[in-house]
Amino acid sequence: MAKNEIKYLTAIKQEKPKKKFCRFKKYGIKYVDYKDIDFLKKFVNEQGKLLPRRLTGNSLKYQRKVTEAVKKARQMSLMPFVTDLYK
Amino acid sequence: MNNYELMVIFTPVLSDEDFKSSQKKFQDFITENGGAIVHSNPWGLKSLAYPIQKKTTGIYWVVEFTGPSDINEKLKIQLLRDEQVMRHMITRLDKYAVEYNYTKRNGGFPKLDKTEA
Repeated sequence: MAKNEIKYLTAIKQEKPKKKFCRFKKYGIKYVDYKDIDFLKKFVNEQGKLLPRRLTGNSLKYQRKVTEAVKKARQMSLMPFVTDLYK
Repeated sequence: MNNYELMVIFTPVLSDEDFKSSQKKFQDFITENGGAIVHSNPWGLKSLAYPIQKKTTGIYWVVEFTGPSDINEKLKIQLLRDEQVMRHMITRLDKYAVEYNYTKRNGGFPKLDKTEA
C-alpha cells in the first residue's frame, strides 16, 4: 500500500465532453466567406492547419465549405499556409 | 448572367492614383464585355500572410460583378498581362453568397455572437 495513495470517498467526476453541434445548422449560416478571417480562425489550429470535423463538430456539408474557404484565403495570402502561434 | 467576385492584390509600390486608374481600367473592361459592377471595395495596403514576389505587403481590391460566363477568360488574360497585379482570384458566387455580401454591406448582421457569419 503506497504511503501516499489518496483515497477518494466518491469517484472523481471526469469532465463530460460538451455536446458538439454544427454551428452552421444551429445559427443558420449558409455561406462561409473566405474574406472573413476571424471566423475562419476558429477552424484552424495554432500552426494554421485545418481542424478535423470531430474537433470542430461541423457537419460534412459545412466542413467542406470551410475547407474551401480556408484554402481560398490561403491562396490570397489572407491566411498563412503554415505558421506558429497563429491565434 | 452569373455573379462573380474578383479579388486582386496589387504591388505595394503602386501610388494612389495608379491604384485608382487600374481599378477604373478593370471596371471599364468588365462593363465593356457585358458585365455590370455590383460593388467595388478597395481594402488598400495590407500585410500579406506570406511574402509574394519577395514583397510582404500588397494592395487588396475586391469587386463583385455580374456577367456572362465567358467574361472571366478575357478578364484573366488582362489580369495576367498586367504586371502590377501580383495575384488575382475570381470566384463564382451562389445565391447564399450574394445574399451574404448584400447583408454584410448594408446593415451587417444583427446578432454578432461568436458564430457571426
